[in-house]
Amino acid sequence: MLEIKNLRAKVGDREILKGISLTVKTGEVHAIMGPNGSGKSTLAQVLAGRDTYEVTGGEATYQGKDLLEMAPEERARQGLFMAFQYPVEIPGVSTMYLLRAGLNAARKQQGLEELDAMDFLSLVKEQAKLVEMDESLMNRSVNEGFSGGEKKRNEIFQMAVLQPKLAILDETDSGLDIDALRIVANGVNRLRGPDRAIIVVTHYQRLLNYIVPDRVHVLYEGRIVKSGGKELALELEDKGYSWIEEKLARA
Amino acid sequence: MSTSTKTIQDLTEQEYKYGFVTDIEAETIPRGLNEEIIHLISEKKHEPEFMLEWRLKAYRHWLTMKEPTWHNVHYPPIDYQAIFYYSAPKMKKAPKSLEEVDPELLKTYEKLGIPLAEQKLLAGVAVDAVFDSVSVATTFKEKLAELGIIFCSFSEAVLNHPELVRKYLGSVVPYSDNFFATLNSAVFSDGSFAYIPKGVRCPMELSTYFRINAAETGQFERTLIIAEEGASVSYLEGCTAPIRDTNQLHAAVVELVALNNATIKYSTVQNWYPGDREGKGGIYNFVTKRGRCLGVNSKISWTQVETGSAITWKYPSCILQGDNSVGEFYSVAVTNNYQQADTGTKMIHIGKNTRSTIVTKGISAGHGQNTYRGLVKILKGAANARNYSQCDSLLIGDKCGAHTFPYIEVKNSTSRLEHEASTSKIGEDQIFYCRQRGISTEDAVNLIVNGFCKEVFRELPMEFAVEAQKLLGVSLEGSVG
Repeated sequence: MLEIKNLRAKVGDREILKGISLTVKTGEVHAIMGPNGSGKSTLAQVLAGRDTYEVTGGEATYQGKDLLEMAPEERARQGLFMAFQYPVEIPGVSTMYLLRAGLNAARKQQGLEELDAMDFLSLVKEQAKLVEMDESLMNRSVNEGFSGGEKKRNEIFQMAVLQPKLAILDETDSGLDIDALRIVANGVNRLRGPDRAIIVVTHYQRLLNYIVPDRVHVLYEGRIVKSGGKELALELEDKGYSWIEEKLARA
Repeated sequence: MSTSTKTIQDLTEQEYKYGFVTDIEAETIPRGLNEEIIHLISEKKHEPEFMLEWRLKAYRHWLTMKEPTWHNVHYPPIDYQAIFYYSAPKMKKAPKSLEEVDPELLKTYEKLGIPLAEQKLLAGVAVDAVFDSVSVATTFKEKLAELGIIFCSFSEAVLNHPELVRKYLGSVVPYSDNFFATLNSAVFSDGSFAYIPKGVRCPMELSTYFRINAAETGQFERTLIIAEEGASVSYLEGCTAPIRDTNQLHAAVVELVALNNATIKYSTVQNWYPGDREGKGGIYNFVTKRGRCLGVNSKISWTQVETGSAITWKYPSCILQGDNSVGEFYSVAVTNNYQQADTGTKMIHIGKNTRSTIVTKGISAGHGQNTYRGLVKILKGAANARNYSQCDSLLIGDKCGAHTFPYIEVKNSTSRLEHEASTSKIGEDQIFYCRQRGISTEDAVNLIVNGFCKEVFRELPMEFAVEAQKLLGVSLEGSVG
């Protein structure tokens, strides 16, 4: 699904990703953990194609294609979805409208017929239930006046509608209370399946109580310094990130 | 002159075959303006004496006036003696099919979703057997006549309904009003006239089916709409298709009169040639539009979408004279490349319990300069008058500008006014968010801009609203890297 080799990226003069290699296979869920400033969000944004970051080296292959060559909308249409850490507000544009435009752009490219308003509505209603999303929110302007939890839930709802092949969740758990966390996690778990891969970027272990990852990677100062199974997350929770720092200092 | 300019001009100068047939002469009056020219214009139009006198009064007053300089737009001086004040149609060779038309122009029509038959008409292709609106127009004209609605060209109205013209002409925008309106009063060529009799609700949007005709506007157009007691009408002006014209100065006047319990809704989509990317050429659109809510409980509502012209100078206004009368102004103004717009409204509250609403959306891209200028004036007798104003500006890029000049004069302490203003920029993060959902940059900008304008678009008649959205996209094309 996704193969990253020695990926390097910088913003301005500051190098943030210093050679990341990661392989995510179809059907897998990977968690990327790390302290603040380790480069987690940068990695997510680089994969989604944000041009604030300049890729300075390495490669990324997505479904056999050169991901870094693709425009952000191209990546999205080919099934790459990112749930934003800070979802933006778009006044006057409803979530429904945004989603339909996005979904139909992808369908058009795949040679499929565009969904008409009725078909789209029934698809949306079905998915809204999964993330316990109030229908009135979907008809409101994108994220405008939404609470932090509603914004995050809206991201998961959009993911459910767009049915991506590779979903990247950028700190979707931050700022969520325990109920919202459970709803978000359920939404993600329902999407899990043999045709998809999910990358969960998080600072805390608690989300991984609900979304149990196949692999856990620890990102530190722009490098993956440790990888392991789901138990690595628990170990991190137990010992804290300082444990990694100390280990690295000793090495 | 580019091919497209030429073909469109060919169209506008062609004898119009459908609907309003006006007397069209085949000759041209010499350049420049003097009393003799005004005599000639009036004579050629076979106008009654009162019209000639009115024109002359306006002309003599115009000579004493100075061109205004208070607005926030810049242009080289206009030589008023170099203009043809009566240009009769010249028959040029029209293209035989769409293949002969500038492909750039066709591409724009395509984007606007203009039906093929209409494209041909707009592009000036010989259309005799193509466009079926002849019959449509005739059918509707008959239906209107049954209801006693008069809808015709201004020239026809002067000849056939002189008593109405005499009573209402200049009653809202007097001949002495301002430099450009006064010039228009002296030399206006033609325009539209609508009269809705007592108690009649006009059953269709006026000019929807006549809009090609409406596009055939002169340089000095004049419109007069009268809604009698209890009457209501929705009037559409303009055309979303790009009309190119080599006349640089356009000075139109629109007067609306609403009597007791009458409603007039006036919607405009203006898409005159804005000039090229470097700011060369383009139309100066200096328009005076004003409505008088003469009767109690009357209502006048202006909705405008201004995307064209090199310079727009326009303040559709309401004089709220009748008690409980209502004035509304909804506006979207777009300036891209080197366009300049100084536009807004005046709400003059005279009667008791009068209410007005102003919602404006200014969008600046490229080197565009967008100014909102508005006046809310509450006179002494306007007890319990209310106004709500909302002026929002959206900036695309960092070379454009947005300016807001709201003037408020209140002479009655029982009135209530609210004013809200905001300026925002289309954010990189908003565009990226849309792209991450699979939407191209161009579509993302359209989406965001249309969202920004939503409150105004929903005031437009349905069919117009759809076209206006597309038009916005075309106008802003290439504005984001």
